[in-house]
Amino acid sequence: MSGGVGEVVMVRSGIYHDSVALMRVSRALTELPGTEVAIVAMATELNLALARDLRFDLPAAGPADLLVAIRGHDVEAAARELDRQLVALSSSRPQAAADQPPLTTRSAARRPADVVLVSVPGEHAFAEALDAVHAGLPVMVFSDGVSVEREVLLKRLAEERDVLVMGPDCGTAVIAGAGLGFANVLRPGPVGLVAASGTGAQQVTSLLDLAGTGVSHVLGVGGRDLSAEVGGLSTVRALRMLDDDPATELIVLVSKPPAPEVARAVREVVESLRTPVVSALLGERDLTEATEEVLRALGRSVPEWPAWPGWSGKAVTGTVRGVYSGGTLCAEARLIVGRGEFVDYGDDAYTLGRAHPMIDPALRLEALAKAAPGDVVLMDVVLGHAADPDPAASFAHAIARCPATVVVALVGTEGDPQDLHRQAAALREAGASVFTSNAHAARHARDLT
Amino acid sequence: MTLLSGPPHVITVGAGLLQEALEAQAVATTPVEWRPPLPGTADALARVLADPRRMAANERAVARLTSARPHLVAVRRASEVLDLGGRTFLHAGPPVDWERASGPMRGALIGATLLEGYAHDEDGARSLLESGGVRLEPCHGHRTVGPMAGVVSPSMWMFEVRDAEHGGLAYCSLNEGLGKVLRYGAYGPEVLDRLRWMDRVLGPVLSAAIELTGPIDLRALIAQALQMGDELHNRNRAATSLLLRELAPAVVDAAREHAAEVLRFVNGNDHFFLNAGMAAGKVSTDAARDVPGSSLVVAMARNGTDFGVQVSGLGDRWFTGPAGVPDGLYLGAYGPADANPDIGDSTITETSGLGGFAMAAAPAIVRFVGGEVSDAIAATRSMYEITLAEHPVYQIPGLGFRGTPVGIDVTLVARTGLLPVVNTGIAGRVAGTGQVGAGLVNPPAEAFTRALAALADSVQ
Repeated sequence: MSGGVGEVVMVRSGIYHDSVALMRVSRALTELPGTEVAIVAMATELNLALARDLRFDLPAAGPADLLVAIRGHDVEAAARELDRQLVALSSSRPQAAADQPPLTTRSAARRPADVVLVSVPGEHAFAEALDAVHAGLPVMVFSDGVSVEREVLLKRLAEERDVLVMGPDCGTAVIAGAGLGFANVLRPGPVGLVAASGTGAQQVTSLLDLAGTGVSHVLGVGGRDLSAEVGGLSTVRALRMLDDDPATELIVLVSKPPAPEVARAVREVVESLRTPVVSALLGERDLTEATEEVLRALGRSVPEWPAWPGWSGKAVTGTVRGVYSGGTLCAEARLIVGRGEFVDYGDDAYTLGRAHPMIDPALRLEALAKAAPGDVVLMDVVLGHAADPDPAASFAHAIARCPATVVVALVGTEGDPQDLHRQAAALREAGASVFTSNAHAARHARDLT
Repeated sequence: MTLLSGPPHVITVGAGLLQEALEAQAVATTPVEWRPPLPGTADALARVLADPRRMAANERAVARLTSARPHLVAVRRASEVLDLGGRTFLHAGPPVDWERASGPMRGALIGATLLEGYAHDEDGARSLLESGGVRLEPCHGHRTVGPMAGVVSPSMWMFEVRDAEHGGLAYCSLNEGLGKVLRYGAYGPEVLDRLRWMDRVLGPVLSAAIELTGPIDLRALIAQALQMGDELHNRNRAATSLLLRELAPAVVDAAREHAAEVLRFVNGNDHFFLNAGMAAGKVSTDAARDVPGSSLVVAMARNGTDFGVQVSGLGDRWFTGPAGVPDGLYLGAYGPADANPDIGDSTITETSGLGGFAMAAAPAIVRFVGGEVSDAIAATRSMYEITLAEHPVYQIPGLGFRGTPVGIDVTLVARTGLLPVVNTGIAGRVAGTGQVGAGLVNPPAEAFTRALAALADSVQ
């Protein structure tokens, strides 16, 4: 090795891979000893800006192009690894010559199926979701970046076809034990959720699970469903579906406060149901309190929510910085803390051409490194299927080196693949205070300042 | 409301991670192999897909296409049935003038000019055509289709095909055989002699024969031929045999003195049925025209320079891109350098769910178009991704009698990036050469993306 630092920057057209797959490629290249930094991503504005921030000189490229930017002592080795990884990605789904895989949801729906999970980039999600509705299939639109006009169109059509549209921007759903999107491993039980908030639903169901109470189904509806434009079409449908479901004894409605006229309509529907409904509306009370009411309504006892508060030894002189991956958890914490700066890294603005922060820690690692001494960083770590397989390992180093005090809301269950207790111990070890209740974590952060 | 009754089977489209998360839970899935749409189509796609007319319009258009019942009802002289007055010739594909016409198109126009006696030698024909002395119009605008150059002049005899379901009519000329023939741009004396014999003998005899047989059900005949190994574009051997079997007694009854030469001519040309099949395709796709909001392709055609498509919801407008050079096998010493870009209206077969779309039915010709049987099956299977229906009558035994993929949807082409598979003959690029080979060709994507953009503009 010459020891000199080299760079490779290239744009490849006609190659598409999803942001998660590319993040894994970037990571594999970065782990090579001769690589300092490697970006392999679709050339969205966000990703181009990230590369420019790293002082790469970029050619013209658009979101349909693959951007590669590598810097290090041995960029040739990285380039070879890149080719190997890309070949592996393209050939990862071997097909017999005569076996035509479906290329659209429309085509896939020719075979028997019960629900469609759409997670293509937002501008293309409408086409796939529309295929599902036309085929008479319920659809969960995990993708964000779908306009409200298209959401309304989709949901009106879904009314005609008598199917449920979950989303857009629906992060979680659990259907008869199967977790779609970001989903915790939950014991089966009597509580059904209708959720306009993915992480809100994950908080409530995880706490219920920690309290020994299981869940029948979680039906997401998307963060805008209860807005005046959408009018709660999916919320009403989901409530009726759970009301008809024999496994559901109690329904929890998790949402931001609805638009007033929608709230009225939803209230009327709620009153007409045979199944009792507990509302967990952000701003009225926090998700932990709502969960406690659910337990009381079922006649069950409310436990102490597990927490591992620590003492960082760092002086707190500054403010609270919310560094969140979950929008509702972020909003809840902001309401409780009442001051400071809160960023939801799961927002559309941060996920164009990038994996969600529950998967890709990069942006939040940067925020941890930038925190000022004397501040309190309040962050969520969400476990479950599809989330980072070992978030404590991703964050431990950054937490330990963070000049600020770190408080973590750890949302997960004992059944999650990441192992709640192991994650809590590792985060605690790194110096963070850890709470399974986001509200408790936020109060702790507030009280520190 | 059956969603909640048990663990679901999930169709996943998008991030592989979410698919893996379901697999980790042992949830049954059908992953979609999603790719971004053709570059620059996202906005137009969104507008067209959101058009409230689209679903019903496409259902109606494709139902008309697949319910058409083409019957061969007559053989008539072009001058009697087509508006070719004032020296008008029809040609294949979207509109083209002499200036932009390719070698084989020019050759065929020269031949037709000589045949009609509009000029007495090649130079005279060229200068007449150069000066615009003959009007050139696309066949498709005259309820007509023509293979290769597709030139139709008044003295040519036409198959007349009637749609017994919707009542439409369509025409196609009679097939001259292979090698040095007008439709491949040859215009030597043997070519003109054959055309004169067709005008004098073949046309009138077939006309009289079909009067005796009565209408021949082409839909039933095509369905049988598919089950006998034809795909009805590059292989018409079974269909020609079936047609000959229908016609032979009537030919003998109608014209005993010419019967032997007529039957020998038809029998000597495996592609004799192609033109009747093309008229059947044309009358079926015409039935699907002019449904507002429909994104169904009702014509794909090439003039040797441009490849054009027409779409049900967009009337008679053509959307074009440059015609590609087919990839295939060459006759004798000819090679790719001798090949003209793609030419002919015979892509009406693919437009109506046959030809390349029915490749799986014709394992006998897969080597001819450069492949293995598995490629033929894969070609047909892939076309289900861009079509709206499966043909109720045209079935493929090797796919468990599944109907052929039929009804190309412009939005599905843009979404999948899959272009229609087209089987074709290859014409020599120099006027007068004739056929040099046969193979497969890819249509230009821009013909479809331009049509999509126009559909988007048509949405209120």
